[in-house]
Amino acid sequence: MNIIILGCGRIGSTLATAMSRDGHDVTVIDRNSDAFRRLGPEFRGRTVIGNGIDEDILKKSDIEHADAFVAVTNGDNTNIMSVQIAKEKFNIPRVIARIYDPIRACAYRELGIETICTTVIGARLIKDFLLGREWGMAKDYCVIKDDQLLI
Amino acid sequence: MYIIVAGGGKVGHYLTRALIKAGHEVVLVEKDSGRASYLQEELGDVVIRGDACEVRTMRELGMERADIVIAITGDDEDNLVICQMAKRLFNAPRTIARVNNPQNEDIFHRLGIDNTVSSTKIIFNLIEQQIESDEVIPLAPLMRGNIEIVEVDLGPDSPVVGKTIPNVHLPKDALIITIVRDGHAILPNIDVELKQGDTVIALVNADKEAELREVFA
Repeated sequence: MNIIILGCGRIGSTLATAMSRDGHDVTVIDRNSDAFRRLGPEFRGRTVIGNGIDEDILKKSDIEHADAFVAVTNGDNTNIMSVQIAKEKFNIPRVIARIYDPIRACAYRELGIETICTTVIGARLIKDFLLGREWGMAKDYCVIKDDQLLI
Repeated sequence: MYIIVAGGGKVGHYLTRALIKAGHEVVLVEKDSGRASYLQEELGDVVIRGDACEVRTMRELGMERADIVIAITGDDEDNLVICQMAKRLFNAPRTIARVNNPQNEDIFHRLGIDNTVSSTKIIFNLIEQQIESDEVIPLAPLMRGNIEIVEVDLGPDSPVVGKTIPNVHLPKDALIITIVRDGHAILPNIDVELKQGDTVIALVNADKEAELREVFA
């Protein structure tokens, strides 16, 4: 799969490294070149410096040939706008935006945009743990073996 | 009318003042607390500190009864989200977004924003009108710039001087709207003969502008 990841923070860099390790073609975009230092040594993809809501930058990232677009910058609105550009202008079949604000995440999901709200997911997991409910499935996502994060 | 202005930069500040003066009920929302207090001193109670992208702020503003929502911050992504949320969650009848990068105008329209304003594009068009060297001057873009109203001043060397309108071979999809002679508009009837010094106002598809130029210049 040819995948573009906008935002090279903790989520972006972890996802990029994991997808690259699995053999996918990954391009990571970030405004700040320093952010790319987070990418693991197994990352074999491409990095592009720039603003992810600028169509020229998206074209430079070869968005025309992407199968999937992921927006995980720390700006909710940047993520919302960039996935809509990817979907509407470049017809990318799989797009997803990480949104911190739960209300915005729900509103855009109703509009047909896949969103993932890490705020709600984190809070729900902790709540389930506190109340002694089943919460193991998500917990098992994070495994460290031989100093390597496996996701 | 009840108008909500989101973004208290210079444009938001002076726009709010002008709207109040025009007799509208206006609220200006500004995210930064320092800037908001400054604006409160300048404009009074109409200024609210808050993030217009947050539903809580939108409720506080009474967005459900807003006639127009204007998103005028310096960030296109914020302007887009403010207008989309206003439409989606509060059924705002009319949304206007400032577009800082003119390239974004198209996506904003596709995503349902009623009106966009791009100061970059407006200033660029004004400059273009001033420096256009040949005789075809763009006056106004219509339909997101796909159609243009243009002005042509007929100089002594124009090949159409002395011709009647049916003998002017316009490109397909171009239309002469009027001819201005000595400050008066003349209807472009078939017997009107074009003269040196006439100004022809025409409607043309933007991609045919070059062809139109060849006909008149």
